[in-house]
Amino acid sequence: MTLAVQLGIIVGYLLVALAVGLVAYRLSERTAEDFYLASRTFGTVVLLFTTFATLLSAFTFFAGPNLAYQAGPEYILVMGLMDGIIFAILWYVVGYKQWLLGRQHGYVTLGEMLGDRFGSRWLRGLVAVIGLVWLFPYVMLQQAGAGTALSALTDGAVPYAAGAGLITLFMILYVVVAGMRGIAWTDTLQGAFMLVMTWLSFLWIVVALGGPGAATGTLAASDVGTEFLGLGSDFYSPQWMLSTAIVIGFGVAMFPQVNQRFFVAGSERVLKRSFALWPILCVLLFVPAFVLGSWARGLGLEMGADGNVLPVILAEYTPVWFAALVIAGAMAAMMSSSDSMLLSGSSYVTRDLYRPFVDDGLSERREDAIARVIVVLFALSTFVASLYNPATLFELGDAAFSGFAQLALPVVVALYWRKTTRRGIAAGIVGSQLFYLASLFTATVPSTYAGWSAGLVGMLLGLVLTVGVSALTAPAADERRAIYFEGMRAD
Amino acid sequence: MNRFERVVWPLVAIVLVALSIPWFLWGSTTVVAGFPIWLWWHVGWMALASVVFWLFATRAWGLGIEPPDRTASGGERP
Repeated sequence: MTLAVQLGIIVGYLLVALAVGLVAYRLSERTAEDFYLASRTFGTVVLLFTTFATLLSAFTFFAGPNLAYQAGPEYILVMGLMDGIIFAILWYVVGYKQWLLGRQHGYVTLGEMLGDRFGSRWLRGLVAVIGLVWLFPYVMLQQAGAGTALSALTDGAVPYAAGAGLITLFMILYVVVAGMRGIAWTDTLQGAFMLVMTWLSFLWIVVALGGPGAATGTLAASDVGTEFLGLGSDFYSPQWMLSTAIVIGFGVAMFPQVNQRFFVAGSERVLKRSFALWPILCVLLFVPAFVLGSWARGLGLEMGADGNVLPVILAEYTPVWFAALVIAGAMAAMMSSSDSMLLSGSSYVTRDLYRPFVDDGLSERREDAIARVIVVLFALSTFVASLYNPATLFELGDAAFSGFAQLALPVVVALYWRKTTRRGIAAGIVGSQLFYLASLFTATVPSTYAGWSAGLVGMLLGLVLTVGVSALTAPAADERRAIYFEGMRAD
Repeated sequence: MNRFERVVWPLVAIVLVALSIPWFLWGSTTVVAGFPIWLWWHVGWMALASVVFWLFATRAWGLGIEPPDRTASGGERP
């Protein structure tokens, strides 16, 4: 009975999403720009929720509450600084400028924008390859998460591989049919749904526990009471909190599926409204989800068999159908992140690798077709990789965000400093990536520096290299140095 | 956009970042109305950030990106 309810809810969700995708397909034009960017037409609600739902990967509902359960709820503050403040500021600093440039020059990807300015298809390809290197494991992580969640939800009736495979097949079908427009519409539905479900869960459990005072009181009386309620701990050091918030905040802005959303706003007004609403949305979503994770610790609940705590507290205090709805929503969150990532990954391949290096005269219609084929290949490859999934969710996710963060400062310098040269930005991008990769995979480069993370140190290295090498080198003849500064107007 | 605002807005951004984590409450275990006091700070600070962003969007949007002659008129103000 329980299993039937849970599977029914998940299948029902998938059918609704598919219906939305089909409607979107009927409205779409057969061009790559429409497939990738919905022809740059989004309004405030859709842009805000699609960006938000894209960020709501497995982290918000699984890894985040798990972290609050294990180490305390301070991660809420990290999320607030990272997404509510830093990302919002980048929404303006990087996003608004990218949006203006995208409209003026028709850019679809970050690599395309940089390649055009610096007169280099190699730079364009390099940015795409770096994006794909970090994106691939992250998509794999989402599939692995979905496989694990489905398997746990059904007590193993749906094995891990079958769960991950089912999700992969659905995503392929969905992305190939729906494109950006359909993805954004389901994101909007799903983001709103999850916001409502998170609050219902929170309120339900608050009432069941006898109010927030009682719930927090239980936590305070537990063995971790002082550590969890007090701000800061051995785990949450100022260096760790700042490193994490800054690195991931910048990383988010460079994550392909988020960065590409800078191009899709329908108007300046949409960007402004989204910008102002961003911090509120962060509070509304992260606070209840993470507080539940820390309360679960105070209540002495054991971590679930699949390593996630949110399903445990839901199962304890809410009816089966309700818990199933939330878990189905969380899985939908994973899928919506993956949908967008697949689409962006495909755009990086066709736009920045296939077009400049294989067939420069590619027609719009043919690019659209190739884009859909690449979606299939990308998803199948990450699925195969997910069957051998070696590392934990958090480690992989954290590495991808930090990897993308390395791109941020060279890009910001290029956007705002006219004297940036091709060699300068190349040095900044390559140097910081090599440094960060070395910190991950070799013992010679440490992963922390007096508590500060290698991701943050790598970002600074990228900044210094970009500015320093630009100052020492002359621009190449085919660089278009004024392109980021001319005609910067919304109207 | 006068010179004053060109200096003030970046400073405002720095303050928003700097006090997003209430360092002055470090180690505090005070609970107010069922939640740690630092969590209330977070909620209030994000609300304040939203208001500040809205003010920026209506008064100074385009700062540092669009040519100064447009922002001089204050962006989209009627």
